[in-house]
Amino acid sequence: MTEPLIYELSRPGRCAATLPDLDVPRAELPEGLVREDLPLPEVSEPDVVRHYTHLSQMNYGVDTGFYPLGSCTMKYNPKINEEMARLPGFVHLHPYQDEETAQGALCLMYHLQEFLKEIGGFAGVSLQPAAGAHGELTGVLMMRAYHLDRGDAGRDVILVPDSAHGTNPATTSMSGLRVVEIPSDERGNVDRGALEAACREHSGHLVGMMLTNPNTLGLFDEHLEEVTGLVYQYGGLMYGDGANMNALLGIARLGDLGFDVLHYNLHKTFSTPHGGGGPGSGPVGASVRLADFLPGPVVAIDRERSSDEGDFYTFVDLPKSIGRVKSFYGHFGILVRAYTYIRMLGAAGLRRVSEYAVLNANYLMSRIKGTYRVPYERICMHEFVCEGRFADAPDVRALDVAKRLIDYGYHPPTNYFPLIVHEALMIEPTETESKETLDGFAEALLHIADEARTAPALLHEAPHRAPVRRLDEVRAAKDLILRWQPKQQ
Amino acid sequence: MPYVPHSDEDRKTMLAAIGVRSVEELFEDIPAHVRFPELNLPPALSEMEVRWELEMLAGADFTTADGPCFLGAGAYHHFVPAVVDAFLRRGEFYTAYTPYQPEISQGTLQAIFEYQTMICALTGMEASNASHYDGATATAEAVITAINVHRLKRRKVVVSPYVHPEYRAVVRTYTQGMGLTVVGDENSGSAVLTDLLDDETACLIVQYPDFLGRIEDLGPLAEAAHAVGALLVVVADPIALGLLKSPGQFGADVVVGDGQGMGAGLNFGGPYLGFFATRMEYVRKMAGRLVGQTVDTEGQRGFVLTLSTREQHIRREKATSNICTNQGLVALAAAIYMATLGRCGMRRVAELCYHKAHYARQRIGAINGFSVVDEADDGRTPVRYIRPFFKEFVVHCPRPVKEINDYLLHEWEIIGGYDLGRDYPHLQGHMLLCVTEMNPREEIDMLVEALEEVAS
Amino acid sequence: MKLDPVARYARSHEWARQDGNEIVCGITDHAQESLSDVVYVELPEVGDTFDKEDTFGVVESVKAASDLYIPVGGEISAVNEALEDTPELVNQDPYGKGWMVRLRPSDPAEFDDLMDGAAYEAFVAEES
Repeated sequence: MTEPLIYELSRPGRCAATLPDLDVPRAELPEGLVREDLPLPEVSEPDVVRHYTHLSQMNYGVDTGFYPLGSCTMKYNPKINEEMARLPGFVHLHPYQDEETAQGALCLMYHLQEFLKEIGGFAGVSLQPAAGAHGELTGVLMMRAYHLDRGDAGRDVILVPDSAHGTNPATTSMSGLRVVEIPSDERGNVDRGALEAACREHSGHLVGMMLTNPNTLGLFDEHLEEVTGLVYQYGGLMYGDGANMNALLGIARLGDLGFDVLHYNLHKTFSTPHGGGGPGSGPVGASVRLADFLPGPVVAIDRERSSDEGDFYTFVDLPKSIGRVKSFYGHFGILVRAYTYIRMLGAAGLRRVSEYAVLNANYLMSRIKGTYRVPYERICMHEFVCEGRFADAPDVRALDVAKRLIDYGYHPPTNYFPLIVHEALMIEPTETESKETLDGFAEALLHIADEARTAPALLHEAPHRAPVRRLDEVRAAKDLILRWQPKQQ
Repeated sequence: MPYVPHSDEDRKTMLAAIGVRSVEELFEDIPAHVRFPELNLPPALSEMEVRWELEMLAGADFTTADGPCFLGAGAYHHFVPAVVDAFLRRGEFYTAYTPYQPEISQGTLQAIFEYQTMICALTGMEASNASHYDGATATAEAVITAINVHRLKRRKVVVSPYVHPEYRAVVRTYTQGMGLTVVGDENSGSAVLTDLLDDETACLIVQYPDFLGRIEDLGPLAEAAHAVGALLVVVADPIALGLLKSPGQFGADVVVGDGQGMGAGLNFGGPYLGFFATRMEYVRKMAGRLVGQTVDTEGQRGFVLTLSTREQHIRREKATSNICTNQGLVALAAAIYMATLGRCGMRRVAELCYHKAHYARQRIGAINGFSVVDEADDGRTPVRYIRPFFKEFVVHCPRPVKEINDYLLHEWEIIGGYDLGRDYPHLQGHMLLCVTEMNPREEIDMLVEALEEVAS
Repeated sequence: MKLDPVARYARSHEWARQDGNEIVCGITDHAQESLSDVVYVELPEVGDTFDKEDTFGVVESVKAASDLYIPVGGEISAVNEALEDTPELVNQDPYGKGWMVRLRPSDPAEFDDLMDGAAYEAFVAEES
């Protein structure tokens, strides 16, 4: 099933939009600066609608079915969030309008800051970063700035576990710092011996450690307080990657566990939609000693302009801020969705989210671990990793299992991450899936394990029932075609 | 409790299958002294109650839907056709993830491939990525690209003071750990920009139209940059590119900017859309996702994410950038906008902005007490010659800008222009006014009447 | 796993071969097999100088992008321009048409410090 490109549907003279006539005198156009042609499509509105409708029908979203991508938290995206984000009083607000005209929006941002502080256990929050990786860059720059502010120059090492998401070391390089990788032990925790050795070796150079907890194996570090204690002992700070916070709402606060700075992923934990690759939102929480370094501006209550009638909200900059990390204030449209979600759940609802996220993951793991090897014999958190390979079907790899799941109507789990597990399949069901869905998925996986032995070709050539068959990625990288171009005459 | 479907029966069966007696037992790895904190949050609301609360908050705002808007400065009140949101509400688009499994993501992938094509058409470049967070971070990534093109041997960046102040701030934040010098915009740039170029310069960054709305011939700037081996980075307004010669035609090496005006709406500052386009020779140094065309095992055309090995999940600390989630849905909105407006429509929108802005400037210039200026070096002598401009222009006001805007808001319910004194000390008392296709003549005439009142 | 009869090998899976008073380098058959289809090779410029074990380029497949480490230090006298259009030469003929750079070595003794074919074979067996 293919759909022509919008350019292939184009016919000269068509225009889908209607615009008003010019109602003022024409001015002279600037000489030498006007373009001669604009090679954009020419299509009618029905063409546009059919085209994008067909494209949507080739896509699979959470609204279509189960989407167990590990560390992505593909939970249900509530429709009320979409409605609230579209309220005219939010949609039509220009960011530079006088604050007195934006008090509703500012009130929402202020209270979201407060909610996130409470949920994470932090003294300050900035809503400005646009995504998780953006929040990571913010946090690492804040840690760096903290040391420089204390006159402690020469610290340039960040410790990162070998199970870390690629954004962690990439962020470290972007901040002008060096990565030192710390191995995991056989139970999936940070190897404390290796950590201590690294701290000693880089003593005096340590900026801090970036830690995802629960980690990318879905495991809560059994010695977390020892790990953070060691880093503090050598003068370092702790950065928390909040990607896996879906296991911790109302269960534990990373601020209470000694993290100095953390990013939240609103598009994971707080139900805002993934959008086919964004927009997300990555607010950052900071402890007392790092709160002054947050990017901004952030929203505060202006006591002088407040009255008995209500608080007046205003933007302020933090005194030692690392500076702005993006234009304007953050992804406001996404903040509205997260605010709505938190208001619908309350404290009890949030705790239930994490309880059932963890229950679902452990249940699914119990159903398949006999057939798909789970390398760590432990209770998992909201996700788990298993191996997509079979001793008696050596030609079958995780990729084949993943593609065959598509034929069963499921989106595959994350493949080949984390790097420390062979043929990894990282599975995160989330709390919004029912037991029936989990049972169906487990059954499909068990079927596929059988097929791996009896009919492996079915897996190697999968998917059979998707809009396209397996795609040639080598050719895409070699013959780089990154845009449509008209055929040469 | 919303969104969690389990019954008590389900829970019991599942706990039994796992082999634990209670849900609490699943959390024994958490240190006891921090386990199960009581979160101090307001109690949960039902759907209708949450609606009342949010409607009250939104209702407290006075917006560009409530009165004429003449405010721009990097976020613009532009027309968004109804088709755009119709598709942003389709679950197959907005509840999908990044298209890592291309066989079931052809919708997203093809839409982004088309977006990349259209951005190249607008900017006159050869390759576009799938988006950055916004124009400011795209500009910062352009600096990083330029540094990488020069294999880290050049550490100087020259930037025009009339690149958006927040974009320049973000470039500095992003590069604070990279040992770069960023020059050209201190003291609002009294030096001639091209004089600062030398063989230490990785790139020259200018904005088109610039922050004050002016259009400049980029040809001499491209020549000057290339003469020292530096890249020319142009921050462009995509709406203006409906009318103006593309930066690619002038010889730009990287074109970045914000696609907010193409379907993202104002939304109090975000989410917006950073676009990034460049020449094929720099494609591997470009950060962000890229969609490429290929075929499947049956020879059918299809699309995949490509050149992923530059990205963080493979290259890790050697990656071009750490970007992961970007602005996928906003890029889709922009693609639908560009397809809907198309070749004729985008030109017409740009012309409407251009002519209306010129009409407004001409009428305001005639008001006693207000003068339209190009740039005042000393704050006292208005410069009479006006460089070409697009949809924004500078006006010198008889009273502080804040006073004028308060009057416009409270007496006329008009949202006035941007106070340039906030960013440019020599432009105290100067307002940046913006006029778009969304301002009918009546609104412009109303603004003129209001300003006449203020001046007297 | 194929070897070249006269090359010597680095632990990072590059090979080096003497050719007159210059050294030719590339990646081994074992390396190209692990990478699978090579789609791009980033090479240095003629005239660039490197110390032994410095990164001199990148080899990219769809699954990975690996740094290339120079087996001996020196100044680059030539790069294999054919790899720009046909990077698959690295897979097809890693010791011949898939060569990557030629250099004038700064310290000829560094060549002898590299492993011979037998030692490299044993090293690879131990690694897996």
